Amino acid sequence: MQFAFDDRQVEFRAQLRALAEKECTPADLRAAWESAPGWSADRWRALGDMGILAVTVPEAQGGLGLGFVDLVLLLEEAGRSGLPEPVVETVAVAAPLFAALGTDASGRWLEGIASGEVAVGVAAPPGAPEGPGGPVLVNAGGALLVLPSAGGALHVVETTGAGSAGLALEPKRSVDGARHLVEVGGEPPAETEVAAAGPGLELWRRACDRGAWGTAAVLLGVADRLVGFGAEHAKARVQFGKPIGSFQAVKHHLAGALVRLEFARPLVYAAAWALDEGDEEAPRLVSMAKSAASDAASVAASVALQVHGAIGYTWEHDLHLWMKRAWALGAAWGDAGWHRARLLGQISW
Amino acid sequence: MDLRFGPDQERLRVEARDWLEAHVPRAGNGGPLPSLDTAEGFDAHRVWERTMFEARWAVVSWPERYGGRDGGLFDWLVFEEEYYRAQAPTRVGQNGIFLLAPTLFEFGTEEQKDRYLPPMASGEEIWCQGWSEPDAGSDLAAIRSRADRRGGDWVLNGQKTWCSRGAFADWLFGLFRSDPAAERHRGLTYFLVPMDAPGVTVRPIAQLDGETGFAEVFFDDVVVPDAQVLGEAHRGWEVAMATAGSERGLSLRSPARYTEAAARLVALHRRCAERHPVRAARLADAVAKAVVDAEAYRYHTYMTATRVLAGGSVGAEASMNKVFWSETDLAIHRTALELLGPEAELLDDEGRPPAWLDGYLFALAGPIYAGTNEIQRNVVAERVLGLPRA
Repeated sequence: MQFAFDDRQVEFRAQLRALAEKECTPADLRAAWESAPGWSADRWRALGDMGILAVTVPEAQGGLGLGFVDLVLLLEEAGRSGLPEPVVETVAVAAPLFAALGTDASGRWLEGIASGEVAVGVAAPPGAPEGPGGPVLVNAGGALLVLPSAGGALHVVETTGAGSAGLALEPKRSVDGARHLVEVGGEPPAETEVAAAGPGLELWRRACDRGAWGTAAVLLGVADRLVGFGAEHAKARVQFGKPIGSFQAVKHHLAGALVRLEFARPLVYAAAWALDEGDEEAPRLVSMAKSAASDAASVAASVALQVHGAIGYTWEHDLHLWMKRAWALGAAWGDAGWHRARLLGQISW
Repeated sequence: MDLRFGPDQERLRVEARDWLEAHVPRAGNGGPLPSLDTAEGFDAHRVWERTMFEARWAVVSWPERYGGRDGGLFDWLVFEEEYYRAQAPTRVGQNGIFLLAPTLFEFGTEEQKDRYLPPMASGEEIWCQGWSEPDAGSDLAAIRSRADRRGGDWVLNGQKTWCSRGAFADWLFGLFRSDPAAERHRGLTYFLVPMDAPGVTVRPIAQLDGETGFAEVFFDDVVVPDAQVLGEAHRGWEVAMATAGSERGLSLRSPARYTEAAARLVALHRRCAERHPVRAARLADAVAKAVVDAEAYRYHTYMTATRVLAGGSVGAEASMNKVFWSETDLAIHRTALELLGPEAELLDDEGRPPAWLDGYLFALAGPIYAGTNEIQRNVVAERVLGLPRA
């Protein structure tokens, strides 16, 4: 038993933090709100240069051939820094799927991911049991779109604009303005099928587990940032002649939020290990991780807002950029209640 | 990262499972034992401690010379998983074994370790705590019970209260004010006191469940030699905080207690769904949440244990632990009672609370003892988040 990260994994996170402090400031995030697709091709290439996008790509396709334990701290950092890019969709969901397909086309897609040229969106079709958020393509603008058909076959569509492969891609705005979403209309054409209904559904279910897990990891970082906002404000804001953080009512709010976060972390890390190992407990751990992380981020968002008071309710304060991310990701890939019902065996992907 | 237990631990697990299977007192096999908080039950639990000690299961993680197996933290966690899985009796020796012993290993002299650890492990000497006083609960540093120098000895006077196991224990560990002139966190000394010493009076207190699980202890010119001071004189606060860290942190509440309770909760929920589907549907989310929290505590403990084995310390994070396990315990038991519905209030044929109600009454104390959860949240806010003191 060795439940800890190695120096290399911790160092990789430090590199991403340093990059994000320069390339993903709150001003950059606000810029992402203002223009579709909401994220920056330059920043995507910078992430590619750093190797983050290549983590789960096999070495044969120019990747690092690493696993989810190597990825989890990076996703957490992506949440902390508010990165609007589709890292979860591309690195956690799509790359392992493409590696499992093992076709010439999927090899090319993997090379594109590793080099930072290809970003991937993932969509569930209308009527899908649960997925990345109903019929919505998360983070449109990627060069590839992964989606299952209504019949359960899996498709990968190269997107070229509003009418890619006969699909209607209608832009949708999110409460988190950095998430520029697209609703997918129509059925993907037969020539884009990458796996038939039986094996396709199995690949899709595993992809959903990775999506829920990756989103949980991002939510840890979002929650961490929100608790940090709250603690900093509580130290700086003076009322009744003292910093408000000296009052127990404020302390207990923040301590409670930190406790929820602290105990969500090991579930997300353990799920990463179980996914790497192909452990049969992995789906259960993923659901535990997503429910705990969604709740932790939700509590952190409420507490951070309450501790800030009116200033936190303004558009100008950066708090809402992370609070709204917590709301959006909390519900994506199954919310806390959905995953708890799955844990009891009541529902499944 | 590797979340598998090693082959040695898996061997230990099998050995423990087999032994517990054969020896845990069950109906038809000398059990279940009567309540720990009665004279009869206390003795029965003491016999069980002796049985475990003789098979070297009482203190797995201690050095062999004190009755242990030289095991590491993970060996202990594996043993605990099996212990709760077997639904073995509550450890009557836990205040000594899980709280005082880690402090003795850190601060005790060789003579003290040789003197106190073996009879603690065998159940021959059961320990209770002497922290709180009538005017010093959450504000522990306000204690007034005194230790005065007389001749070459110390003389204790004053009153301790809420001493768990105090009604039947053999020894007490606790804090006394040895230098009234010093600042209140200084001038305290940590003493080890035999409960049969002249001048010690024990008055049992009936708890919420009707049993005398704790007691008041009065000290009237109780003479104690230097050999029964743990750590340096007047440095008792530091020693006591090590004990409190064990109580809140790693050693008192092993995760198996909650994962086992959560598994029984899931089984109860399944039975409830057959007879009361609406009630079961309403409570499904709470049942699943209990499972998630119990597992979160288990994996969190594995992370902490890994860090401690690598030379790290627990520190103020023990306060996060205490908030989490006490609230998890309460939520598990409250959900169970809700699943039982109107049956939850019923006592058994002997007029005692059945398992879930008994567990709930016990869990209710969790957010209070070992420092209330309000105190823990203050510690988390000040020492982890860096917020200013009041």
